[in-house]
Amino acid sequence: MKPHLLLAGVLAPLLLIGACSDLPLVLDPHGSNAQQTARIAWVLFGGGTIIFVLVAMLAAFAVFAPVAGRAWLRHPRFVVGAGIVFPIVALSALLVYTLAVSGELARSRVAAPLRIAVTGEMWWWRVRYLDARGETVLETANEVHIPVGQAVELSLDTADVLHSFWVPSLSGKLDMIPGRVNVLRLTADTPGTYRGQCAEFCGAQHAKMAFHVVASAGPDFDLWLAAQRMPAAAPRTPDPEQGMTLFIAHCATCHTVRGTPAVGRLGPDLTHVGSRLTLAAGTLPNNAGTFAGWIAGSQHIKPENRMPSFDHFSGEQLVALATWLESLR
Amino acid sequence: MTATSPPSPTSLPSPLPRPADELARLEAAWTPPTGWKLLTAVNNTYIGIFYIATAFVFFIAAGILALLMRIQLAVPENTFLDQGTYNQMFTMHGTVMMFLFAVPVVEAIGVLLLPNMLGARDLPFPRLSAYAFWAYLIGGVVFFGSLFFGNAPDGGWFMNPPLTSYRYSPGANADWWLLGIGFIEISAIAGAIEIIVGILRTRAPGMSLDKLPIYAWAMLVFAFMIVFAFPAVILATMLLELERAFHWPFFIAELGGDALLWQHLFWFFGHPEVYIIFLPAAGMVSLIVPTMAQTPLVAYRLIVLALAGTGLLSFGLWVHHMFATGIPPLSLSFFAAASMAVTIPSGIQFFAWIATMATGRVQLKTPALFVLGFLAVFLIGGLTGVMVAVVPFDWQAHDTYFIVAHLHYVLFGGMVFPLFAAFYYWTPFLSRQQLSERLGRWAFGLIFVGFNVAFFPMHITGLAGMPRRVYTYSAGLGWDSLNLVSTVGAFLIAAGVAVFLVDVARNFRLDVTNNAGNVWRAGTLEWLPTGNYSVRSIPLITSREPLWDQPGLAADVEAGRYYLPGTATGRRETLLTSALDAKPQYLLQLPGPGWTPFFAAAGTAAFFLLLTVKLVVPALIGGVVAIVMMLWWMWGSDPGPNHAPVDIGGGITVPVYVTGPASHSWWAMVTLLLVSGMLFGSLVFSYLYLWTVSPRVWPAGGAGIPAPVYPLLAAALLALSSAAIAYASRALRTTVGTGHRGHTMVRISLLAALPLLVAALGVELYGQWQAGLRPTASSYGAVVYMLSALQGQFVLVLLIMGGYTLARSWCGLLDGQRRATFDNTMLLWHYAVAQGLVALLLVHGFPRTFG
Repeated sequence: MKPHLLLAGVLAPLLLIGACSDLPLVLDPHGSNAQQTARIAWVLFGGGTIIFVLVAMLAAFAVFAPVAGRAWLRHPRFVVGAGIVFPIVALSALLVYTLAVSGELARSRVAAPLRIAVTGEMWWWRVRYLDARGETVLETANEVHIPVGQAVELSLDTADVLHSFWVPSLSGKLDMIPGRVNVLRLTADTPGTYRGQCAEFCGAQHAKMAFHVVASAGPDFDLWLAAQRMPAAAPRTPDPEQGMTLFIAHCATCHTVRGTPAVGRLGPDLTHVGSRLTLAAGTLPNNAGTFAGWIAGSQHIKPENRMPSFDHFSGEQLVALATWLESLR
Repeated sequence: MTATSPPSPTSLPSPLPRPADELARLEAAWTPPTGWKLLTAVNNTYIGIFYIATAFVFFIAAGILALLMRIQLAVPENTFLDQGTYNQMFTMHGTVMMFLFAVPVVEAIGVLLLPNMLGARDLPFPRLSAYAFWAYLIGGVVFFGSLFFGNAPDGGWFMNPPLTSYRYSPGANADWWLLGIGFIEISAIAGAIEIIVGILRTRAPGMSLDKLPIYAWAMLVFAFMIVFAFPAVILATMLLELERAFHWPFFIAELGGDALLWQHLFWFFGHPEVYIIFLPAAGMVSLIVPTMAQTPLVAYRLIVLALAGTGLLSFGLWVHHMFATGIPPLSLSFFAAASMAVTIPSGIQFFAWIATMATGRVQLKTPALFVLGFLAVFLIGGLTGVMVAVVPFDWQAHDTYFIVAHLHYVLFGGMVFPLFAAFYYWTPFLSRQQLSERLGRWAFGLIFVGFNVAFFPMHITGLAGMPRRVYTYSAGLGWDSLNLVSTVGAFLIAAGVAVFLVDVARNFRLDVTNNAGNVWRAGTLEWLPTGNYSVRSIPLITSREPLWDQPGLAADVEAGRYYLPGTATGRRETLLTSALDAKPQYLLQLPGPGWTPFFAAAGTAAFFLLLTVKLVVPALIGGVVAIVMMLWWMWGSDPGPNHAPVDIGGGITVPVYVTGPASHSWWAMVTLLLVSGMLFGSLVFSYLYLWTVSPRVWPAGGAGIPAPVYPLLAAALLALSSAAIAYASRALRTTVGTGHRGHTMVRISLLAALPLLVAALGVELYGQWQAGLRPTASSYGAVVYMLSALQGQFVLVLLIMGGYTLARSWCGLLDGQRRATFDNTMLLWHYAVAQGLVALLLVHGFPRTFG
């Protein structure tokens, strides 16, 4: 009865995995880094499973097999063979294999990658596109658009505490450390929207510090970049116009919308916020309703975040603000 | 002093019949305190039981925190716990489990079992154990209480700055961790000193090192690992607290500090810490498996090598916690290789256990079930450990639930399963009754299944993109059902633990003197008939499993036919033996119950905990109470040769007092110096590391450094101070009894050495201040003043010890024969002088050479 219990306890969770239809992100790569890592992962899982089954069988054999049949297990020679020789051989092979892959990953350097700087802030991502000289040509937030198939060089740093940039579908993670710039090189293989999340505990709202990497075909990316570099279009109807006026009066201290007098840098750049997938670093879907809710009650949605709740606006004012912000595509 | 001739195997050391009152006198010396006077107990059996029980309560408390966290994570966007509460809970779960449960419980089992297992009557420093326990209890309870005031640390158990520094954690939360846990680490180090000296010097005669029970080998390695690993985190704690309280910028990048300095110091401790937790458990398994299989352990020598190898190798792995920080790939490869290599010694033990089981016939009683569970779970944890040793894979898995799965498989699998096996196995040693087989099977089944249901899915959850330390998550990311399943598993574990508690409540009846006996038919000495005095007589050992190989041993020991069958001086005693061959060397007189350890611990706790809430004057009062209590307790030690050499049986006569390098207090002091050396070494590392990171804040080629006259003067003062102590030592040798001129020279030398030591420090501080350096200006300033601050701590301790030694001398309690007090002071003095000289060389020589 006991061996069955042991086996059940270990196999039951395995069956659970079988029940899951989608592969987890790390095993479903869409970028070259993640691709190589996924291959290693399968080797590791396969090897690990085989070793586990073998050792478990040995242990079961040692306990349950008839005494005569176990003689070969009793020698120190068995301990040396299984405990020293086998691990040395297996681990050396593994080490050589993985060092080769690590070497490949480290060597992937391209002459003219797309340069993007990402700065971790509590609890959002400041994204700046750089030219060849390292000057900022575009600032946005919480979303990184990249062209498919082109090497991207992400310069990672932080404005405050430790953060970590992790988009599992494309690459392993790299920490953002005060006083340092860590460079992450990656390439997306297929078009798509890939979710990332901060992976180094950074305080109260670490859990709600997500971002998206949107990989699109070259021409689509160029179109996006060109559109993002334009300043905000002037509002053409009274509602958004009122929204813009309110924004400049109440929000300009912290936010920038190019093409208006708002040049605040404490919070995310909102010049094209209407075009983004989410609000508040992946916390909310992006539409007028959620935007209004965020402005009025951000402290309820993401408590302790650096933006106060603006609960003194009337419903009408909130609609105006949200309409204008949504129009900034 | 040594044996005249080895006793022949046919004649036992002490002939029958034993004197009528011998046993009664022995029992009288070992009478335990009762009622509220239990607070004064110092006997390792009592302290061990208190310690284990307290640690288990912390396990349950931290486990409840985990259940609350799992409720919050059971469904996405849950509102059961808000972010502030959750962040405090996960921080406390980790901190309490690691510092208040895991290390204390394995240390406590050692405190409880080792003396009996070694044939000793107690540990060599009973009041130190008592002090360590009370400090841990008071500190731990107050620390845990911070949760109820909403003030618990919330920066993770690893407390990374800058999040935990003054700018981003302005409240007292982080200070509770730094000051609360910091002083609890003192308990661990005190325990380690006891265990090292106990295992090396208080074994039964004949128990040479190759007959040492394998568990004792594991505990020896464990204790040395604590000595070498804990100082790094103690230093890191000091640095962060100084940064928080006084803004000394060790970790602030703008001023030349580096967040990674913390990570290096913390993980240099943190990685060995997990092996510190695992090795004692492996040691316990190495005793339980042979007993359950009724056959000796296979490959004993290989296992000893494996234990030592694990201990050593584990110090070379720490950077694998930092693979994602941007450290150059070449360095990472070294640590990846080392991390893989460390599995080999663990593998050796694994297969030795399998071979042992194959050699015998395993009775599948509850201890064996938990051992089998341990094998399965720890194996999986080890395999995922190899996976995350592969750098590119770790770049995906690091800081995700994959790691949460891995760490619980190795820690829960590697320590908690053996712990439950140990509870079921050693209950007959502590209790009149065994625990129930039926309830034990239920507990095992629920815990084993619950554990895998809770933690196996987390491997997938992590690979699916869920990071660690998140108080909630969005719906629709594929994490929902995985989290729900994990929560169900957590409650299954809780059910299993509850069954265990029911079993304990129904069946455990604490009674060491009338215990259930050797129900498992084990071979090691803790299963001998036991009283409060441990064994009636100390046996002569000729085998690794004495109870299997020495027929009639139990009866003969109980009849008093071996060494020291009573009390030679009327007090509590144990036998001090040589480190390699366990030949009797002298009799160690042990203290009985007393109040001083309890009040010293209370004073120490008050000092650290009141400082946390910035009540400085009450804290200082607490500190003074602690010091006064410690001096009072020390005053009763160092009795000198107050008794003629005693006959312990078998024709062997040993002295009752020994000083110099052979004495147990010298060994304890040397161990303490190793701790101090590691503490200083960590600071030297910090200095050099900060220089590599921020050379811009270092003085360029000698500018801004004090003129050479300052370090030269300080060095001269230090050297003179040492010389004065050396002179005092020589003068002491010439004195016997009071009234001799030598005493005056001793006192003058001590009185001279003290101000020399203080002046050396003063000169260095003055020189730096004059040169314009300030500790808040840059990381360079901070680390230079930190070297003086550390030196200052030693100077303060030596002021107290020097003053105390003087007092002993004035009271006629110090002379050429009775000099243990002086020797301890002298050892620390020379160390402090050496430390001071090296610090001067570093601070004044390095920038001039490399700046």
